[in-house]
Amino acid sequence: MSVDSPGIIVERAFPAAARDALRDSQLRRNIGKATNTIRAKRKAVVAEMPDWQDLRDAGYAIKRDTLRHLDRHLLALEASVTAAGGTVHWARDGEEANRMVGDILAGHQAKEVLKIKSLTTDEIGLNGALSARGIEPIETDLAEVIVQKGHDRSSHILVPAIHRNRAEIREIFKRELPDTEHLTDEPRDLADAARRYLRQKFLTVPYAISGANFAVAETGSVAIFESEGNGRMCLTLPRVLISIMGIEKVIPRWADMSAFLQLLPRSSTAERMNPYNSVWSGTRAGEGPEEFHLVLLDNGRSDVLADEPARDTLNCIRCSACLNICPVYERTGGRAYGSTYPGPIGAILTPQMNAPPSPADSLPFASSLCGACYEVCPVKIDIPRILVHLRGKVVAARGAKTALDGEALVMAAMARVFENPRLYALAHKAAAIGQVPFIRDGAIKSLPGPLAGWTAMRDLTPIAKQSFREWWKARDR
Amino acid sequence: MTSAKDTILGRIRQALVDVPETEAGPEAWRFRQRSTEDHSALLDRFTERARGYKVRVERATRAEAPARAARILAEAGLVRLALPADFPVDLAPEGFDLLRDDGLDNATIAACDGVLTTCACAIAETGTLVLDHGVGQGRRKLTLLPDYHLCFVEASAILGLVPEAVERMQPSVAAGRPLTFISGPSATSDIELNRVEGVHGPRTLVVVILDEAFPNETETH
Repeated sequence: MSVDSPGIIVERAFPAAARDALRDSQLRRNIGKATNTIRAKRKAVVAEMPDWQDLRDAGYAIKRDTLRHLDRHLLALEASVTAAGGTVHWARDGEEANRMVGDILAGHQAKEVLKIKSLTTDEIGLNGALSARGIEPIETDLAEVIVQKGHDRSSHILVPAIHRNRAEIREIFKRELPDTEHLTDEPRDLADAARRYLRQKFLTVPYAISGANFAVAETGSVAIFESEGNGRMCLTLPRVLISIMGIEKVIPRWADMSAFLQLLPRSSTAERMNPYNSVWSGTRAGEGPEEFHLVLLDNGRSDVLADEPARDTLNCIRCSACLNICPVYERTGGRAYGSTYPGPIGAILTPQMNAPPSPADSLPFASSLCGACYEVCPVKIDIPRILVHLRGKVVAARGAKTALDGEALVMAAMARVFENPRLYALAHKAAAIGQVPFIRDGAIKSLPGPLAGWTAMRDLTPIAKQSFREWWKARDR
Repeated sequence: MTSAKDTILGRIRQALVDVPETEAGPEAWRFRQRSTEDHSALLDRFTERARGYKVRVERATRAEAPARAARILAEAGLVRLALPADFPVDLAPEGFDLLRDDGLDNATIAACDGVLTTCACAIAETGTLVLDHGVGQGRRKLTLLPDYHLCFVEASAILGLVPEAVERMQPSVAAGRPLTFISGPSATSDIELNRVEGVHGPRTLVVVILDEAFPNETETH
């Protein structure tokens, strides 16, 4: 996929993309190390909170209630941001948002614009749209610099460059950044090179774009959580700041922040608190940007809202805990999901943002439904339940098209056999004999004809020579 | 033509037809709102948690604090320090080139070796400083551009839990003030998950707790 296209348009089905990812052993090692490390840290900082489940309940309740009255909260946010000196824009889709942002910057004759890492701007392909208008977006998060300068895609929503090792990063920086002839591959040195390059940009480029972690309807405050300080640079030095947020990021009251200030850092970077949280409201004389724009983006979110069983998808605060715990993500990494939003949350969010039929229809099946993602979700999104709901939708849509699908036929035949004990016993005997040619090393690795699909992704345990019923009868004698 | 705003609000209302016109909001939160620890335990916890982020934490009486700060800053070899325009006069250390921020430009602030401020409150459980950029705290960029930040924290401003700080900051937010929560120096783990301090913000963060109850205690990290 081109790095400039919108980041939610899935171009390849998950199984094919995953097969490629699984062949990359470096990627698998890096992702495995990252997920295991963050997972262990998260467990420790969550375990020390005696009221963690109460916090999750509160996070869920706030998000659910906000979404059920979203129109009201958005109008309140618009009023409070405007009263604080900001300008609010509404964008139906990514194209409209990109055009608005481009127009604001073009109005200032901007040639460059600073950027804070933002999944939402990745989702709508903002960087590509700005480049096309002759405005160069400059990513300022270290990992995003590595991804952008490596002409690459993110593999993790929290640590996007986790698929790159230090030697690769050194090569990218030597090629793309100034004054790097003597650069070593020490992380300290690499970070310093990025610091020098970006410090110059921070002090000279008067425009910046951010996402938003939260926006408070009551006060018009927008919040950015970050680690490096590049966020603070972009929020305080430029003259013009544009923040783009999905409409689901609004929370009603400032007091609600007391839940999310605890839930997000511990679930995300697995810290008690991330280094910097910035909160600002509109503009303020002598402090920060003179001009502030807030873009409220729909881009399919109202469709998610309309599907009641999947509505909780919009609770997501983009922490990435579900990625780090997921046995599928741990092996394939993020890029196999083909979307800005990988892992379990991506497997439910992305297909809802791609009209079927689409390769994204494969994503709800990229899960073993083990339930770990729900256990760690700080806002209690029941991802397994939504996965099953979305699978149902995919199957129903496909069923209407191809009623003679092999899997559907087999399932129907099996249902008849399972209903009749005599048929079941006969079928068991027949299967125990019939399977013999297909057993290799104690497992069935591939079945013929229309059954091949079942074994393409899994090995089957062979059926026992003796059924339980037969064994029970023999035992009685 | 319908505006984007009307279209989006219309879609949202259509999507929510199943939601009753009036319904009860979320139940009262059950998570902890107040710490049950006594204040001296809170100071210890703040100290331990901030040190966990590699912050140097010391305690001194207010009278003794400027000399303590001067020693720490001199050890680090700092010469030119930025101060908020309204920084408390009695806390300013002697023997340094002090630059009051009466509208300094970015380059001048960035050229300072360090910055001295106070803060609005602090959170013991997370080792966090909270600035509402009021008296003694300066503009947001003042504590960002220099590579070294020393913050004086009143012992009485150290609160137990996150919700206590959120509540304390409600009037500031309502008044339109920006807030900055600072938990340790700037850091990244983007390269092979190795933690590197100070990517863009200050690489060094020092806290001096102004505490009349522990006049002679000296602790170094």
